[in-house]
Amino acid sequence: MLSAEGLRHAFGTGGERVVALDNVSFSLEAGQTLAIFGPNGAGKTTLLKVLAGLIRPDAGRATVAGGRGAIGWIGHQSHLYGHLTVRENLLFWAALYAVPAAIRASRADATLRQLGIADRAEQAVWSLSRGLAQRAAIAKALIHDPRVLLLDEPFTGLDLAAAAEFRALLARLQGAGRVVVLATHNVGEGVALATDVAFQRRGRFVHFAPRGARGPAQIADEYRRAVGEREGEGEADD
Amino acid sequence: MTDLLRQAWTVARKDLLLEFRTRTALVSALVFTALVLTVFNFGRDPTAVATIDLAPTILWVTFTFAAMLALNRAFQLELENQALEGLLVSPLSRTSLYWGKLLANLVFVALVEAVGLPLFVLFFDVPVGRVLLPLVGVIALATIGFVAVGTLFSALVIRTRFAELLLVVLLLPFLVPPLIGAVQVTARLLGGRPLSEAAGWFRLLAAYDIGFVALATLLFPFTVDE
Repeated sequence: MLSAEGLRHAFGTGGERVVALDNVSFSLEAGQTLAIFGPNGAGKTTLLKVLAGLIRPDAGRATVAGGRGAIGWIGHQSHLYGHLTVRENLLFWAALYAVPAAIRASRADATLRQLGIADRAEQAVWSLSRGLAQRAAIAKALIHDPRVLLLDEPFTGLDLAAAAEFRALLARLQGAGRVVVLATHNVGEGVALATDVAFQRRGRFVHFAPRGARGPAQIADEYRRAVGEREGEGEADD
Repeated sequence: MTDLLRQAWTVARKDLLLEFRTRTALVSALVFTALVLTVFNFGRDPTAVATIDLAPTILWVTFTFAAMLALNRAFQLELENQALEGLLVSPLSRTSLYWGKLLANLVFVALVEAVGLPLFVLFFDVPVGRVLLPLVGVIALATIGFVAVGTLFSALVIRTRFAELLLVVLLLPFLVPPLIGAVQVTARLLGGRPLSEAAGWFRLLAAYDIGFVALATLLFPFTVDE
């Protein structure tokens, strides 16, 4: 459903060349959730952008079954228009993702209810708090019922209750056969959801394995040993 | 093709909705148009140069710089919350994105021109009654040409520093052919010359439009993809 084969990518030229992806390969099938942990500058965002088709890698190939229309993407920003209401934003993105016109409105309302922001539907996005805007961004990513979710630090700005609700939603999506790739620098986030875990360091997967019975504490310990607590300082942006 | 047009309309409708909700650029462009025409009206010496000789140039200088305001805002809308990134991840084709932006810009500039033309007639007292239809035709043809090129350059410069300045510097050389054509046709129309005298310029404007809309459509993906 989603595969990456020998992905390599670097930014800059000559002596200032920074490797963001170094021979990254993996594949995920329906129902799998890959949690990628890494420090700032490890290349997590670059990897997600390559998977989403935003960046063409220097080498290797990323394939998503169903193409761009099958991807739900949450980046560092909400991708929402501040002077449109939450509902107008969702209807716009639904139209771009070719959600049939007859069900766009009901789909938007249902998604807003799922995210607990139905009462904010007619509110302009610029007036939302950081956490509410993040929930709206998640709603935007889910509006077309994507088969693959690419999530870059999706818990940013969410309070504890909203984060728990989002985890529950991701678990339901996982149960429904969706593929989720979740990148974060915080090992405590999303471990419970992951079927597979990767540690990324300087563009390379230094660890990639099924989570198995490992809990958050054990994974955090392994992460510290594999990556090092101070790793990432002085590197390029994600 | 239907999908391309449907997606283009979705983008254009969103842009127009955003503009009519905020009205920032539209009001700025309208005020700018009125101010420039006012300045030219009071800043010229009617005894030195006949109004009819100066009017076509004034009209097109005003329309060109007012259009710059529209072109500048076209992709600035997409910088808010990195919406452009969302558009590029979505199945929206680059062609539809360009056509949508082009359509929204054309509507925006047409609105400014629709207000600017009566003001121009009012200030300069030029006889447009008998030539209104061909005058609207030349305005439409020239506008399509420079908005087509301007939309492309707007996407090209949007991630750069000093984007607004860079757009003007890059765009103006490309606007020379349609501007010369538009001024020549307008001068002949306002001077009461037969329409056949302007036929060659009309053909030039049409050729410019076809050529640059096609070229910009082909080149646009290279301006937005990383």
